[in-house]
Amino acid sequence: MNDAALAPPRRVTLFCGHYGSGKTNIAVNYALWIRSLGYRVNIADLDIVNPYFRTKDSAARLDAAGVRLISSAYANTNVDFPALPTEMYAVTDDTDAYAVLDIGGDDRGALALGRYAPAILAEGRYEMLFVVNRFRPLTRTVPDALAVLREIEAAGGIRATGIVNNTNLGEETTAEDVLASLPFAEALSRESGLPVRMTAVREDLAPALAGSVGPLFPIVLEHKYTWK
Amino acid sequence: MAEKVLMKGNEAIAEAAILAGCRHYFGYPITPQTEVAAYMAKRMPKIGGTFLQAESELAAINMVIGVASTGKRAMTSSSSPGISLKCEGLSYLAGCDLPALVVNVERGGPGLGGIQPSQSDYFQATRGSGHGDFHMIVLAPASVQEMAALTMKGFDLADKYRMTSMILADGTMGQMMEPVVLEAPEPVVYEKPWALTGTDGKRPHNIVNSLYLVPEDLERTNFARYERYRTVEENEAAAESFMTEDADIVVVAFGIAARVSKNAILAAREKGIRVGLIRPITLWPFPKAVIAGAASHAKRFISVELSMGQMIEDVRLAMDCARPVTLVNRAGGMIPSPDEVLAAIETAQGGLKA
Repeated sequence: MNDAALAPPRRVTLFCGHYGSGKTNIAVNYALWIRSLGYRVNIADLDIVNPYFRTKDSAARLDAAGVRLISSAYANTNVDFPALPTEMYAVTDDTDAYAVLDIGGDDRGALALGRYAPAILAEGRYEMLFVVNRFRPLTRTVPDALAVLREIEAAGGIRATGIVNNTNLGEETTAEDVLASLPFAEALSRESGLPVRMTAVREDLAPALAGSVGPLFPIVLEHKYTWK
Repeated sequence: MAEKVLMKGNEAIAEAAILAGCRHYFGYPITPQTEVAAYMAKRMPKIGGTFLQAESELAAINMVIGVASTGKRAMTSSSSPGISLKCEGLSYLAGCDLPALVVNVERGGPGLGGIQPSQSDYFQATRGSGHGDFHMIVLAPASVQEMAALTMKGFDLADKYRMTSMILADGTMGQMMEPVVLEAPEPVVYEKPWALTGTDGKRPHNIVNSLYLVPEDLERTNFARYERYRTVEENEAAAESFMTEDADIVVVAFGIAARVSKNAILAAREKGIRVGLIRPITLWPFPKAVIAGAASHAKRFISVELSMGQMIEDVRLAMDCARPVTLVNRAGGMIPSPDEVLAAIETAQGGLKA
């Protein structure tokens, strides 16, 4: 299903970005993709900011696929406690497995990354991907998106190495919406000097976009609430 | 036309407030409302507005009182425990007849409760948001688009009636993301001859005050205020009616509970059950006439709530207890499922046949 042009994963992949840009859904799908290639993979929820929509919402899917989920014991509970488990060190210590990190939103969310950044940088086999959705009002322009990116890098202690264009309007997204976002993604790429590593799209839109948006990453969305 | 964007409910409130001309936001972070403050922190400095993180909820509401006294649009937002702290200020706003917008993105309670969604501040918002005789206009959005629309409307109603408008949303409304189109409303000028804008030595001082030393005067202001409340009740009660025309059973639900209920109603209709939904958009004034009208043909009512059953009292009162009302509820941060609502509808249908 994935576009052949999608580059192989690095040992550690970090997804960062403005909150609500889709980091968690992409991180979950990316971990499942690595697993589907036959590799062992850990996915870590470093989000200590978002109270409602978490990597843990996908626990059943991840577990069924054999992806190890490392998440706060308090995620999805009533405890509003920004703590990370010691297990989180598996991300940097278990170097035989791939690791996917879901970083919390904005610079506030990226602050927790600072604890693990030295080890990730020392190992040097990572990529940090900045997830951006042009339909998010605070990252609608290239300067605004760049400003958010720089704040995240400063807070997390790691510079981004690529961009994930995740432009979407949720269920209402059309292939045209994605195509219309390409100039924005290219301009952001030019201004930041970072390549557009992939364009993430809802799985059902992938056939219409294959071949016209560069490396394509189809994702299956987690539906926490079953009603409309 | 403005472009469609993807927003969290909390962000939609913040941007809508800015579009409605609010340039003064005072807040204090609390889950699940924090994005209102976070968004204001980013946007207000860029447009010459004031974002101020106060040292406490009490400080924030008192800052709102200060700005509202000058006739400027001011707002604060919080979640349940934080709103309890603001209640003293809400009473003072009412006593001073000041327009303001207050947002409550509710979480489970009582006490510190939890961080998951709830509607259990209904009584507080519609009856007891501070000491003394007063009301707030309470608006209950059921989508991200409506979070924005009711924020704008809330400012207008506040200015029109010199009252506090409250957006009463649950945590899912604040956290969920949906596509929205945000456009600045047509500006309406509200004359505010009472505002503290400086006299320039040309007029007597205005005084904004809630202290009355003479009981006769205080009684007079209370009676006059309640005359104004009667006008609000006559003119501003709003509700959405969905499939109610032929309904034998009427579900009453607001906010997220209404969206859950719509799913259940569509499923029940497929089974041939004549059921509809009344979704109050204003919780105060409560859309009594709509409920009473439905009671002329509907035999059973069901109140669906994320609380131990609070709005159900208003449903009963609106029709003088003419029809039985049952409660479908979850509490403490849980949300009723469409299946739970459907089961109650089927039970009510069974009662009709008996």
